[in-house]
Amino acid sequence: MQLPPKETLLAMAATETADDDPFAAALAQEPVRGRSLWSDAWHRLLKNRAAVTSGVIMIVMVLMVIFGPMLSEWSGDYTDWDHTAAPPSLETGHWFGTDAVGRDIFVRTLEGGRISLLVGVVATLVSLIIGVSYGAIAGYYGGSTDKLMMRIVDIIYALPFMFFVILLMVVFGRNILLIFVAIGAVNWLDMARIVRGQTLGLKNTEYVEAARACGVGHWAIIRRHIVPNLIGVVMVYVTLTIPQVILVESFLSFLGLGVQEPMSSWGALVNDGAQDMESAPWTLAFPAAFLTITLYCFNYIGDGMRDALDPKDKS
Amino acid sequence: MNAAAKPQAKGQAKTEAAAPERKPVLRVQDLSVHFSDHVGHLFSRTTRTLKAVEGISFELYGGETLGIVGESGSGKSTLARAILGLVKPRRGRVLWMGEDLVQLEEEEMRARRKDIQVVFQDPVASLNPRMTAGDIIAEPLRTFYPHMANLQVQERTRGMMKMVGLLPNQINRYPHEFSGGQCQRISIARSLVLNPKLIICDEPVSALDVSIQAQIVNLLRSLQKKLGLSLIFIAHDLSVVRHISDRILVMYMGRAMELAQRDDLYRKPLHPYTNALIKSVPIPDPDLAHAARRENWLTGDMPSPFNPPPGCVFHTRCPYAVNRCHADIPALRRLEHGDWAACHRAEGLDLSVGDG
Repeated sequence: MQLPPKETLLAMAATETADDDPFAAALAQEPVRGRSLWSDAWHRLLKNRAAVTSGVIMIVMVLMVIFGPMLSEWSGDYTDWDHTAAPPSLETGHWFGTDAVGRDIFVRTLEGGRISLLVGVVATLVSLIIGVSYGAIAGYYGGSTDKLMMRIVDIIYALPFMFFVILLMVVFGRNILLIFVAIGAVNWLDMARIVRGQTLGLKNTEYVEAARACGVGHWAIIRRHIVPNLIGVVMVYVTLTIPQVILVESFLSFLGLGVQEPMSSWGALVNDGAQDMESAPWTLAFPAAFLTITLYCFNYIGDGMRDALDPKDKS
Repeated sequence: MNAAAKPQAKGQAKTEAAAPERKPVLRVQDLSVHFSDHVGHLFSRTTRTLKAVEGISFELYGGETLGIVGESGSGKSTLARAILGLVKPRRGRVLWMGEDLVQLEEEEMRARRKDIQVVFQDPVASLNPRMTAGDIIAEPLRTFYPHMANLQVQERTRGMMKMVGLLPNQINRYPHEFSGGQCQRISIARSLVLNPKLIICDEPVSALDVSIQAQIVNLLRSLQKKLGLSLIFIAHDLSVVRHISDRILVMYMGRAMELAQRDDLYRKPLHPYTNALIKSVPIPDPDLAHAARRENWLTGDMPSPFNPPPGCVFHTRCPYAVNRCHADIPALRRLEHGDWAACHRAEGLDLSVGDG
């Protein structure tokens, strides 16, 4: 393969740059900046108040769980024997009160938030990476590759989730990593199915055919033409998966299969708080409020993104 | 090229042609594309075969335009895709510069794609909505010359945009910011960027409104003249094809019905199906249309492609059909002026169209 001679290229570019060229004026201009579908969607998202508010709350929430515990004089595993099951108070420094063994709820809620959000984001990322590559490959290659790959998904899908988790716990022992693995291992199945379905539709579009006719390789087509056009759907699904994963982790912790002391998560805290609900309602109220707010925010962001990215809405 | 091709080349030399040299660049021989489809359930499964393209042969010369017409479902687009190597033919050869593309491995074929490019029907759908016009036009360049400097790619892209009548300062715009006609110009620029020798236009104007159709057809013609391209121009109506083609191939149910010089075909079609297509071109003046009052007898639907009629596939809709048409499949035969038709009664029928 040889490059066309440089003279030809230059000649092509230079043809008709004469003064009588009607384009001459426009040629001199700077290139106009295009508005991509992304920037369109972004502008629509910014107009969605619920989504923007939720986004701001989530940013504050993330900053709080990262830096919040430093503001308090207490640490999460310190037992304050002077104030066990103490109600919220500014004087003692236990802003959200303490639990039955005197641990500061404020610090524990935020530290639990770290785990919950981390599980949500990491497990979703794991499912995103596996699901998108798996689904895009199955959908793009099609035929027997697709059939085999999707039957494997069906088989894994048929395993009861709790059974799967308990099995992992028994074999590998309790471990925070296992929660990521277990949740990620189940969640990518949905993602793979969604992505595969989208890919099946995309691979027959004329721009993919045009790319094939231009000699673009399979990987480049998947990377350049398939995946970017999937991202919209995938992003919506991701924002709706994060709260789902947080809930699943809470559920596992609630059952005692989740994170272990001294670590905590919102689910574990809600579980603890539920037991002291009558004597010390604040041990339940604060973690539950944080959990609920987070779930609401992610759902609003997901809804907002779906509206913003909805292809039917654009014109 | 070879000795066998010469007599025919001479025969056609007397008709006006776009290019002086008469060497076929593309020879399609007995090309057939079949699709199969499994019907029924697990225990009584049968395979139906759809013969989308059946035994098509033609030659295309340098600088020539071959028009391909036919109703929807006649296999025009499948033929185009088979030539491009996007679907695997069941049988036959696609000889590009004497080399059979069907036999090539995927990697070898990829290298040949530089010479044969395509423009599709739907101008919007054939552009990736997430890429800018510049990226779209430059994609073939980046594929074939991955080490080309950015500046050079940009320069070339702008040159192409100008050539197809787009403002080069629109290089960063996205497809949804262009009109249908402009999108088709982007497609054309993309197909031209590698200096191909053949462009296959698969109904490039069907999705555009009439004034834009003319613009695009004229653009293709002027580019062809300037760059010495060969074109295969697919359309479902004869009026557009007439404007641009040197020769025209008429297809029906995957088979070639007629392959003739443009003027011969419009003046005196050899096949009843061609005649029907010509008569179905609408006349914009209602008075004239009323005066002509031509019986438009292309009625009914195409028979099921899974179960084509025996004999001549057109006999179910042909007013001239005789018993022989129900039994024998007519071969594409060479008739007067070196035009070809697949009709048993071609010599006996006079289908001349008045003043054409």
